[in-house]
Amino acid sequence: MTPETLKLGYMPLVDAAPLIIAAEMGFAEEEGLALTLESSPSWSMLRDKLSFGHLDAAHMLSPVPVASALGLGGAGALLHGLMVLSVNGNVIGVSRALADDMRAMGYGFDFNDAWAAGRAVVAARRTGLRVSVPFPFSMHAELIYYWLSALGLHAPQDVNVRTVPPPMLAEALETGEIDAFCVGEPWGSRSVDAGLGELLLPGKAIWARAPEKVLAVRADWVEGHEDIAQRLIRALWRATRWLADPASHGLATELMSHPRHLGLPAELLERALQGHFVINAGGSTREVPDFVDFYTGSAGFPWRSQAEWLGAQLAARTGLDRAASVAAARGTFRSDLYRAALAGVAHDLPLASSKVEGAVSEPLTAASTGGRLILARDSFFDGRSFEPSAE
Amino acid sequence: MSADLSILVVEPDRDKAMLIVDSLGEAGYTTIQVIAEASSLGRQISAFNPDVVLIDMAHPSRDMLEELALASGPLERPVAMFVDRSDDGLTSAAIEAGVSAYVVDGLRPARVKPVMDAAIARFRMFQRMRTELAETKRALEDRKVIDRAKGIIMKARGVEEEEAYALLRRAAMDQGKRLADVAQALVASAGLLS
Repeated sequence: MTPETLKLGYMPLVDAAPLIIAAEMGFAEEEGLALTLESSPSWSMLRDKLSFGHLDAAHMLSPVPVASALGLGGAGALLHGLMVLSVNGNVIGVSRALADDMRAMGYGFDFNDAWAAGRAVVAARRTGLRVSVPFPFSMHAELIYYWLSALGLHAPQDVNVRTVPPPMLAEALETGEIDAFCVGEPWGSRSVDAGLGELLLPGKAIWARAPEKVLAVRADWVEGHEDIAQRLIRALWRATRWLADPASHGLATELMSHPRHLGLPAELLERALQGHFVINAGGSTREVPDFVDFYTGSAGFPWRSQAEWLGAQLAARTGLDRAASVAAARGTFRSDLYRAALAGVAHDLPLASSKVEGAVSEPLTAASTGGRLILARDSFFDGRSFEPSAE
Repeated sequence: MSADLSILVVEPDRDKAMLIVDSLGEAGYTTIQVIAEASSLGRQISAFNPDVVLIDMAHPSRDMLEELALASGPLERPVAMFVDRSDDGLTSAAIEAGVSAYVVDGLRPARVKPVMDAAIARFRMFQRMRTELAETKRALEDRKVIDRAKGIIMKARGVEEEEAYALLRRAAMDQGKRLADVAQALVASAGLLS
């Protein structure tokens, strides 16, 4: 049988790993798929190429399909998330100048406590804080807004959140245009290595279980391609299972560092996979277990409640109707298709499609097809939770 | 009636920018501003107040324009991406050529079309040039590696250059591979022996 050729786009980030691994390690081939991978210089280009059929599927920021359902941001076509490709994996960092001020006030840079880090930032910059995110519709932006507003800083009066594409982050830090940033790895580590930034928090310190990237496709592509979509989900799921094994990390970073993919030193990419960070130019290190999670606790399951949370956050920020936005967001995460794709594959799938987001403060056994599913801690740093609409 | 649109071109390469300005000029547009520095994009857009922003799709700073599409504050220019309102293949052609346009909300597609036609033609030319450059570079690299492989064969087997080349070509034919790929494999593994 001739393999089905699919064109997949991605941004050159550590969390593009599932796509690269599925293509390189034969997981796609097992499903009769031949993946052509194409790196993109910007999220908007990736989204637009997907919207106009120049790509079949893409590594995408989790809020982008939700934004497409709310009519936010250009391209017009409705996008769906078929699976969560990675949970967490961002870092928050500060400029050297802000880091120095925070240190002078006695802050210890534990790379863990979001309250303490936030209070130290606020103490050093009560007004006019400028924070960069890679894209207006990104988990980075959502984490920053969530974190700062819980600390009493509100955009736009107290804080200016702006878009700085990661390749331009170093320049923005160097010219003093921003005080802080939230970015995916390896860009945070690169700013540290360049001596321009210091790392403050891993994203998971704000939300312990944030759906970071999804596999996005056009909603109308799914119709007529259900079988291929399910094969793609299975190939990527097997890639995430392989990635979850620490023994795979060496080979994974080696494959990703190749010039045809990320073209960056394997050592730099390893920091995120192993949760071993260098946080400042002095070489101080911090350990973050499960800094980025591709697999455990059904990480790939696209919960409808995650999409709803994103819809509610976007609505609040853009002045859209909350109930309508939550309803529109809900259908963009295809838990139905994910479940169908992995039924029969030895895998523990949740029986529900929604959960209360932020309610799991200790690992918890959940109702599942195999009866052994453990949901990981998913708390928000301020202890709040999000109630989904009834299923 | 086309001359009353103001166009902002974001392009760091000065020569490319001039070519774009020229072709827009030929299409009748004269109110054109070029910016090379993407870091102050937002500021420059508010200052120039353009009807259309043209930007290379492959430039990372395009993501900054998305923010303008979202902002609707009194100080910011409401910008929407062209693709919103087009279904005549123009957007697809633009994506193919690698150019994206952001236009002020409410501008009729018919008014933007000539701008896009001119820009698309120009960007197609850039893309051709890029492809040609990449091919030239590859041909040059191929030749270098073939020369090195020839040298290795000449040394190892004590043959003349012509025969070394014939051996290499035969090996490529037998293996059904490109000459340069066989040469590359030889050069890479010869490194292990020395």
